[in-house]
Amino acid sequence: MTIDPSALPAAAQAALAEFGAAGGWEQRARLLMSWGERLEPLTDAERSDENLVHGCESRVWLVGEDEDGHWHFRGSSEARLLRGLLAVLLARVDSLTADELQSLDVADWFAQLGLSRQLSPSRASGMNAVLQRMRDKGRERR
Amino acid sequence: MLSSPWRSDFPALAVLEAQGEIYLDSAATAQKPQALINALSGYYTSGAANVHRAQHTTAERATRAFEGTREKLAAWLNVPGADQLIFTRGATEALNLLAYGLEHLVRPGDEIVVSALEHHANLLPWQQLALRRGARLVILPLDLAGAVDLPAARRLISAHTRLLAVSQLSNVLGTWQPLTELLPLARAQGALTVVDGAQGIVHGRHDLPALGCDFYVLSSHKLYGPEGVGALYGRREALAQLRHWQFGGEMVEIADYQHADFRPAPLGFEAGTPPIAGVIGLGAVLDYLLTLDETAVAQHEAALHAKLVAGLGKRRGLHLLGRPQAALASFAVDGVHHGDLAHLLTEQGVAVRSGTHCAMPLMNSLGRTGAIRVSLGLYNDGADLDVFFAALDRALEMLA
Ligand SMILES: Cc1ncc(COP(=O)(O)O)c(C=O)c1O
Repeated sequence: MTIDPSALPAAAQAALAEFGAAGGWEQRARLLMSWGERLEPLTDAERSDENLVHGCESRVWLVGEDEDGHWHFRGSSEARLLRGLLAVLLARVDSLTADELQSLDVADWFAQLGLSRQLSPSRASGMNAVLQRMRDKGRERR
Repeated sequence: MLSSPWRSDFPALAVLEAQGEIYLDSAATAQKPQALINALSGYYTSGAANVHRAQHTTAERATRAFEGTREKLAAWLNVPGADQLIFTRGATEALNLLAYGLEHLVRPGDEIVVSALEHHANLLPWQQLALRRGARLVILPLDLAGAVDLPAARRLISAHTRLLAVSQLSNVLGTWQPLTELLPLARAQGALTVVDGAQGIVHGRHDLPALGCDFYVLSSHKLYGPEGVGALYGRREALAQLRHWQFGGEMVEIADYQHADFRPAPLGFEAGTPPIAGVIGLGAVLDYLLTLDETAVAQHEAALHAKLVAGLGKRRGLHLLGRPQAALASFAVDGVHHGDLAHLLTEQGVAVRSGTHCAMPLMNSLGRTGAIRVSLGLYNDGADLDVFFAALDRALEMLA
């Protein structure tokens, strides 16, 4: 389900605008890397086995906090482009409720950014694994 | 100029090229020759039938073609009797067959010896067998070039050794393993020897009796054939030691409700309907490969490989894993994650593998979280490597 862009968090709107203006694979890759650099850092303690998301080609860590029913996630990866993909995913899911997380369509979000092709099935399943972890966290809290 | 005279025999190469894609992942699976496509469609259009069962003409034709492949494969490997070859669903299944079929020979305290570079397919079946039987899995270390360290092997292969299982050609390092020295060490201790030929069979013709192993396994899909087909070769005395492991279909001789007697190899180890079209297809691939000039293929592959290794050697900060001798090369670049490189190579239409290549323990022992592997087929041209190197330089520049 594609929702009205104006209803999206500011960072997600920025992602749509920036990636929408990107000309080719090279620009998109550079954008991904710069988004990746802006991820809120994780502490060494947060890069724990417990926070490791299984099912990704490269290691990805994810932590999340429930702030009055709205989820805020932070994450990181060893690979820069994966950090970028994570950053644009985090931009989209920021402050969603557990219910909204359940119904989010990641593939659609990456398609809107023109990143479908960059999501190989293995990387897409990595992003799906990240989303699944977010959903599980949302569910645990209820 | 290094151009492959056989490239046009593989229709997918032109299709991929038209899409701007360069295929350098043949060690994962190879592209297929037109001869295979013709054989598969020929078999399905002229009438499918089960093998070794019915008497009708269609079944007879299928059975003859199916058994014909067994003979062609035996000839390819210089195996004296076609009945020394068991068809499986792949190299992995052949190795699992061995780990179950030989289980009765392994006692608590026995040692099963494998090398540090084994593909999971030639590690996990033995690891699990050792766990089931209270045996010990012994790991042969490698030298810096990426071959099994022979002095260490001489120490580690002992009177406790029941079985030695090693690769012929490493799927990660591209190194030939010193089988001529290794196998006699195990044989001298009365141990059985298993060679994983999944990669080795694709490069050069191998004489299995001369190699002197008890068992040898291979996969058709890496040898330009269809997937879902593999084979297990065994010396007659070694085959006789195998216990049956999968039951059903024509592997049985006589069955009543409470008891059954089973056939010997090969049919006794081919339970259920085999991949008939695939086996017939593999026969057509062997026929095709036989038409090629063996020396010319070897020279072309060696020249491509030399170009690959030399080109990689020129990139600053790039480290080869081991000293690759054939077929492929794996590498890592200082300060660059293999996942990022793979991403940017994919963007540029270059198909390579990145990750742990089904050899996690090996990667850990090399102190790497992963690597990029470039692998070659006889259909690759020097120009494919030029495209790869240009894409690699562009990617490294972006990641700098
Ligand atoms: C050395 C080696 N052994 C075993 C295998 C397993 O072969 P298959 O997946 O065809 O069963 C492979 C395939 O990647 C391999 O490279």
